[in-house]
Amino acid sequence: MKHEHAKAATQNACKLCNPLGACLAFRGIENCVPFLHGSQGCATYIRRYLISHYKEPIDIASSNFNEETAVFGGSHNLKLGLKNVSDQYKPEVIGVATTCLSETIGDDVPGILREYKKEFKNGSPMPIIIHASTPSYQGSHIDGFHAAVHATVKALAEKAVKQRMINLFPNMVSPADLRHLKEIFVDFGMPVMVLPDYSQTMDGGPWGEYHRIPPGGTPAIAIASAASAMASIEFGSTIEASKSAAEHLDVMFGIPAYRMPLPIGIKGSDKFFSLLETVTGAKRAEKYEDERRRLVDAYADGHKYVFEKKVIIYGEEDLVIAMTAFLREIGMVPVLCASGGKSGLLKKRIAELVPDMDELGINVRDGVDFVDIEEESKILQPDFLIGNSKGFTMSKKNSIPLLRLGFPIHDRFGGQRMHHLGYRGTLELFDRIVNTVIEQRQNASSIGYTYM
Amino acid sequence: MEQIGILEGRERQVLEKKSGVAQADIACDTTSLSGSVSQRACVFCGSRVVLYPVADAIHLVHGPIGCAAYTWDIRGAVSSGPELHRLSFSTDLQEMDVVYGGEKKLYRSLIELIDQYQPKAAFIYSTCIVGLIGDDIDAVCKKVAKETGIPVLPVHSEGFKGTKKDGYKAACLALMKLIGTGSTDGISKYSINILGEFNLAGEAWIIREYYEKMGIEVVATMTGDGRIDAVRRAHGASLNVVQCSGSMTWLAKEMEEKYGIPYIRVSYFGIEDMSKSLYDVAVHFPDRPEIMEAAKRIVSEEVKTLYPSLQKFKKALQGKKAAIYVGGAFKTFSLIKALRSIGMSVVLAGSQTGNKDDYARLKEMCDEGTVIVDDSNPVELSKFILEKEADLLIGGVKERPIAFKLGVAFCDHNHERKIPLAGFIGMYNFALEVYQSVMSPVWQFAPRKGGSL
Repeated sequence: MKHEHAKAATQNACKLCNPLGACLAFRGIENCVPFLHGSQGCATYIRRYLISHYKEPIDIASSNFNEETAVFGGSHNLKLGLKNVSDQYKPEVIGVATTCLSETIGDDVPGILREYKKEFKNGSPMPIIIHASTPSYQGSHIDGFHAAVHATVKALAEKAVKQRMINLFPNMVSPADLRHLKEIFVDFGMPVMVLPDYSQTMDGGPWGEYHRIPPGGTPAIAIASAASAMASIEFGSTIEASKSAAEHLDVMFGIPAYRMPLPIGIKGSDKFFSLLETVTGAKRAEKYEDERRRLVDAYADGHKYVFEKKVIIYGEEDLVIAMTAFLREIGMVPVLCASGGKSGLLKKRIAELVPDMDELGINVRDGVDFVDIEEESKILQPDFLIGNSKGFTMSKKNSIPLLRLGFPIHDRFGGQRMHHLGYRGTLELFDRIVNTVIEQRQNASSIGYTYM
Repeated sequence: MEQIGILEGRERQVLEKKSGVAQADIACDTTSLSGSVSQRACVFCGSRVVLYPVADAIHLVHGPIGCAAYTWDIRGAVSSGPELHRLSFSTDLQEMDVVYGGEKKLYRSLIELIDQYQPKAAFIYSTCIVGLIGDDIDAVCKKVAKETGIPVLPVHSEGFKGTKKDGYKAACLALMKLIGTGSTDGISKYSINILGEFNLAGEAWIIREYYEKMGIEVVATMTGDGRIDAVRRAHGASLNVVQCSGSMTWLAKEMEEKYGIPYIRVSYFGIEDMSKSLYDVAVHFPDRPEIMEAAKRIVSEEVKTLYPSLQKFKKALQGKKAAIYVGGAFKTFSLIKALRSIGMSVVLAGSQTGNKDDYARLKEMCDEGTVIVDDSNPVELSKFILEKEADLLIGGVKERPIAFKLGVAFCDHNHERKIPLAGFIGMYNFALEVYQSVMSPVWQFAPRKGGSL
């Protein structure tokens, strides 16, 4: 591969900034308002970006820096902002995430929060304030997501008597995936604390009156009980131990942490269901055996369409890793596994799941943008692309079909309701992949086949 | 239902029109209140929206990745030729750059991008932290301009240094540096520039055609379907026609002072304002009466086809109530008139960036009881939409889900729009969109219309 000469500028980024992930994660806590400590624009841009995918209102407060704030520090604005949000939204939790601005001026946010609590201790009920450090000049949106989850658990989990309950840290997955995961736990008869859970806040029903904060999310009190769970399950392949909520609970409270890749594909889902059987001591419900059978059957029905099809897969590293393993089990060749993220673990983790990756010609690149991916695509000549909507520019330009998944889906309807996980999510993905190939073939033929 | 109050510090930015009582002017032109969830963006956003449609320049955002990522291909501003504006470039500053400065990375990025894309110019937007770490972007721009031979223009748009309006000004400053650097040879005496028209869904083309039919030469559209060379010779026009007054009045004033070009404010939304914007230009050229005659002919022809086609909508929409919350106040004036022409009244009108005069005029135009808001937020907007029983909200992307959650119709009058709403054809599209949303049978299932929760 010829990419020794790194570009200076990022062109058409394949990542977003740190605070976006934090805002989404905070949205998965009940009665919580995400709050960005920085300029007004950060909150507004992120709201707009999230709305275009989820089609839900998402209020993100901002401390609205001005020039004096930047010179004298953000203490006054942060306190005033917290007070105003408390008055207007009456939240139980405020999730404060920093931005490049407040991080660069070096605001001591924990110190300011301590002062705030002291100053307003006699006021109206004090919301719980969680602080996640999310400087935009580090990492990408997925780091902010994990930082918010980690900070929340760190702030709220309290030692208590062990309960029959499991913590699930599902990673940045769709509301539909979250609902599916919760259903699986119900079917195992096992109470679960899912963090974050934006399955309703980011994909809910109509309102009869305005809700300052949409209903749904994991209650703070449930998060507090994370320290008394039987185990934690965390989906993800590249989360550093120091940033892992499951790891924190293991180290601080001795809660066993089971960390595994996102359960996509039969092998990935098998691993998840086996793990659930181990930790719950229960057998999976028959309906999941059925789902698995249908998936195996579908693989047989559709295998010829997809065998040795070449694809480029891009997105968050954890998604790319799990998708790569799935694509290999259906005989496809992800000729490029790419991410704008840069944990340094992408290639290693893929090699663990696909040991013959080099022989298969699977290339892995982290820290890339869409112009890098486009250049690679000219050499690799993939049959199609798999990833979020942002690949559309290169897809159109180079006439390579795009199969959309993950986040963001800005140019199709229903991205928030797409499944990716478990046998059910895998089947949905498989159907869509096979149909992408069929559609391509049908369109490419002048005959107009009506059976494909 | 729970009572929703107005935040302390915002009371003076909200007003319900009452005749016969003295009412203080609405407070505006202020920075947003901390913690209020403003619908506004920042200085950078202001600059970025104004310059965005310049299609043969590169737009490099100097800062961490977010600002560039969130503005990548964000607007429906179309180009008849090059499309460099639809790409997203960022210096993607990392921690080390923050510590040691980003000038070198900026320099290397510029040289690399200019070499790769061969643009006619480059705009460099500074974001929040650039203002803190003290990068001398002016010096880097100067150096690169010298080495590459193209204009490399710094745009001082640090997010926290003011409001969106300051960003407009920073963008206009960059344009001002270009204006006057091109030749004005061959420009007709009967010529104009169109300022603050961004060619969303091809709107600038529609407007340009009207003027051209009148025998008027359009020298530059700023910045819709924008070209650097056109901007450079904009000082050769006889008149500046300002559409989005919030963003471009400053530029028009500067051009008046420096080049003696007078300006008028116009709006291309709705029959009344669209027609007026043709007449007002014609009035400026009294020595050639054909221009006015052509303007009258265009209006008469357009209205003749448009008017009957609106009647179906008017019949259906008669008596329905609308709420308007948009970026600039000038647009609200046109929208109120346009809505009235299809039988609708306005119960809420507001903007992110209106000034004192705008709000005074808005108050004058509005019906008794209409709520007027400056720099509002989702909680307030929802409160008034429900209290005033609006059937429709007109706004942008951030307002859309508020309307839909509450079971209220919505019209996208934003930068992303794919359907032209300006011009006579735009009035038809507008009425159609309002009709399609307000009259949809889906609202029967909304809780406020009796659907179950």
